[in-house]
Amino acid sequence: MDIIGTSLKRVDAFDKVTGKAKYTDDLVSAHALIAKVLHSTIANGWVKEFDLSEAWKVKGVVDIVTCFDVPDIQFPTAGHPWSTDPKHQDIADRKLLNARVRCYADDIAAVIAEDAIAAEEAVRKIKVTYEEYAPILTVEDAMKEGAVAIHEERPNNIVVKSTYEIGKFDEAIQEEGLIKVVGDYETPVVSHCHIESANSFAYMENDKIVVVSSTQIPHIVRRICSQAFGVGFGKIRIIKPYIGGGFGNKQDALTEPLNAFLTTRVGGRPVKLAYTREETFASTRTRHAMQFHIESYIRKDGSFAARTIKAYSNQGGYASHAHALVANAVNAFRMMYPVGAIKSEAYTVYTNLPTAGAMRAYGIPQIGFALEAHVDDIARQTGLDPIMLRKQNMMKLGYVDPITTITCHSTGLEECIDRGEKYLDYSRKRLAYASQSGPIRKGVGMAIFCYKTGVYPISLETSACRMILNQDGSLQMQIGATEIGQGADTVFAMMAAQTIGVTVDKVHVVSKQDTDVTPYDTGAYASRQTYVSGMAVKKTAESFRKKILDFAGFMLKKDPWDLDIKDNNIVHTNKDEKLLSVADVAIESCYSLTNSTHIAAEESHHCTDNTYAFGVCFTEVEVDIPMCQVKVLDIINVHDSGKIINMQTARGQVHGGMSMGLGYGLYEHLKFDPKTGQMLNDNLLDYKLMTAIDTPELHADFVQTNDPTGPYGNKSLGEPPTIPVAPAIRNAVLNATGVAINAAPLHPQRMFEAFTGAGLIK
Amino acid sequence: MANKDIHCIVNGKERVFSVDVRSSLSDMLRGKAGLDSIKHGCDVGECGACTVLIDGRPFNSCIYMAIWAEGKTILTLEGLSDTKGAISDIQQAFIDEGAVQCGFCTPGFIMASIPIIEKDSPSSREEIRRQISGNLCRCTGYEHIVDAIEKTQKKRIEQKKG
Ligand code: FES
Ligand code: FES
Repeated sequence: MDIIGTSLKRVDAFDKVTGKAKYTDDLVSAHALIAKVLHSTIANGWVKEFDLSEAWKVKGVVDIVTCFDVPDIQFPTAGHPWSTDPKHQDIADRKLLNARVRCYADDIAAVIAEDAIAAEEAVRKIKVTYEEYAPILTVEDAMKEGAVAIHEERPNNIVVKSTYEIGKFDEAIQEEGLIKVVGDYETPVVSHCHIESANSFAYMENDKIVVVSSTQIPHIVRRICSQAFGVGFGKIRIIKPYIGGGFGNKQDALTEPLNAFLTTRVGGRPVKLAYTREETFASTRTRHAMQFHIESYIRKDGSFAARTIKAYSNQGGYASHAHALVANAVNAFRMMYPVGAIKSEAYTVYTNLPTAGAMRAYGIPQIGFALEAHVDDIARQTGLDPIMLRKQNMMKLGYVDPITTITCHSTGLEECIDRGEKYLDYSRKRLAYASQSGPIRKGVGMAIFCYKTGVYPISLETSACRMILNQDGSLQMQIGATEIGQGADTVFAMMAAQTIGVTVDKVHVVSKQDTDVTPYDTGAYASRQTYVSGMAVKKTAESFRKKILDFAGFMLKKDPWDLDIKDNNIVHTNKDEKLLSVADVAIESCYSLTNSTHIAAEESHHCTDNTYAFGVCFTEVEVDIPMCQVKVLDIINVHDSGKIINMQTARGQVHGGMSMGLGYGLYEHLKFDPKTGQMLNDNLLDYKLMTAIDTPELHADFVQTNDPTGPYGNKSLGEPPTIPVAPAIRNAVLNATGVAINAAPLHPQRMFEAFTGAGLIK
Repeated sequence: MANKDIHCIVNGKERVFSVDVRSSLSDMLRGKAGLDSIKHGCDVGECGACTVLIDGRPFNSCIYMAIWAEGKTILTLEGLSDTKGAISDIQQAFIDEGAVQCGFCTPGFIMASIPIIEKDSPSSREEIRRQISGNLCRCTGYEHIVDAIEKTQKKRIEQKKG
């Protein structure tokens, strides 16, 4: 029976609709101590001294730890696989608590108390003396001659500058008859807004520090905790229960290293460190704001001759994932529309904004907005058709990226475009809407993207899985890869069942990761899980199946090669007649007096390939010019994510990504007080998150290719749906009004300025 | 700080809780009754993850004082399954329609949808969307949640017609 490709109900759904699913805060001991962090009220400067006298007087305070008490060790927080090559290691630029304040709400001290009220009160009573510098909030200010260095290791505030050039750009642009199109684009700082805030609790047991945390990356967090205060890896144990979303924010060490340290200060008593919503906004991670300058040279026939980009990424106070994001962005700039001559210059720059880190699609929503806006600008300035222009220049099957060597093993992009075009009747409407007048106008827009599935060859890709046979013929499956809401456990169960030959109900997924017992995997990020960890599941299932068949062969006195497993039974290869059940084999293997053996398998997979997923968004909008409002009338994403493992959960991923993309295009942006650097909308009322009523009906469709490098023909899907939505909306507004708005989101203020500038509002 | 006894009916049972008068209803129900389905996404009435029904109406229990619950009838997600553990139609619909991803918002959404599915006449999708707009979900884009509510409402209306 084919399980792959069905709409199997999620394996965790029952527990989640009954409240049985346990998240970190559901597991904390009622007697845990409560820790609260004191966050700085300046964005740039130094903590000179603390006056703790009043804070210590608060009843219930157990300990107060300041930035002068923590180990003098700088450590990195990014959830990357560690590189053993010092040149490629993440930047170690923060301590558990920091005297050098690099952003507003930086972590400078912590209180541990018997209850939350005491902890909060004591935090409020700590008096801090600062030496304060003017906050540096923009890349321009940070790069100015003489700007204060936010980290002494980077005197010019440039975290990393990188360049590449393919072909000879300066020669290529000399070609006769080229049309030059130039554009500047920018994207905002936004927040992940997983509904479960960042939180953990830590305690000591068996001379180990145990941290239970809402994280995407338990094994990496163990390494980071170890580095943060010099305790051996084996002395730290991270447990990851169900988590209420992550979207990349929890692909970073957040509360864990400090909390691991705090429990050691109180003799290993449990300490809970749960960030409030406001702290999660201001003191965890954000999506990098980026600015792009793009120049393109186009031949009369529409083919690209040369392209160049300059990119600036606002890192905020600490490196976190640092340059990896904008590097990913400028790589996608090259990959999406391959051209003979292309060059790039990219900067990641420290500022005093909150630290930016990983967020769904890792730099690609940023470049996607800029590049796809730019392609429509080209179409407009040259009079070429936006779809033809894209089809002519976009990545084709067999493309080998000249720098990363990532190869296009499969592509359904052209068909994705055709389906979206047809669904929306785009081409006809685009022409019909091109010359409207009046205050309310309609427009259509589209955007495409390519997305590399995993992180190879930039980073290590490794994953492991373990299967253990139970006496009833069912199995436990442990995977290092984490369920974070995306449905990983469900698709892994489907993969295991299909490859072993049992029904899915026989596969018991151990959803919780515990670094003491769970096989190694770097975690949930990129959109690597079905692709990389899926291969570990497949390999383990194959070897597990073989062990069952070997034992069945022993029982039946037959050659195992002549046997197969189908629907929980042992059968002759190519026949359906049941010889034994898997349960019979399991019982005998456990209790045989002559040949007892414990059937289990564990395999790891080191992935040394990568592949591109593709997709497109088409949307129709209505623009109310005087009110500066955009209403999305219709929207569809069509994806080539290879073979779809679970159709229903795949649609769910697309809807969620589209929703995040709509927010990115229309509403979401964090605002900061220019004088202090304080975040102004650090809550879910002032930060505009999409609600159900803001959301149009979302349409999702798939062009299923069969990728030869994916374990089941599959490619990435988790992150990509977010990418093309914002630029499609921007292009639709362009089609409706003729006004090119080059910054996201398209909120009323921005549209007012743009429409006024264009003379549409007098 | 002073404690007070609060008498209320929780998931069909009469209960008395001695609570700190400063506590929220959500803290009381999580802390004293172990009703962990109630989630905290913001603690200040923004996200709806802590939604419970009080006398049949949905409230954010994080900003509802525990002492206000005196004499009230409260229903949480745990109260939707029967004593044998069989789940309700709306829970089943959330499973069937794929309305669950990370699941953190799910208890709040299911509770918020109960007054909608109990209506006698069908709601448009637009109406359903409006009524669940006090609950935030970052994972699903709401599409499958609206499906689950719409289908359950329809089914119930048909059942009522006989
Ligand atoms: S936790 Fe109550 S509304 Fe968010
Ligand atoms: S399912 Fe994750 S927030 Fe709704």
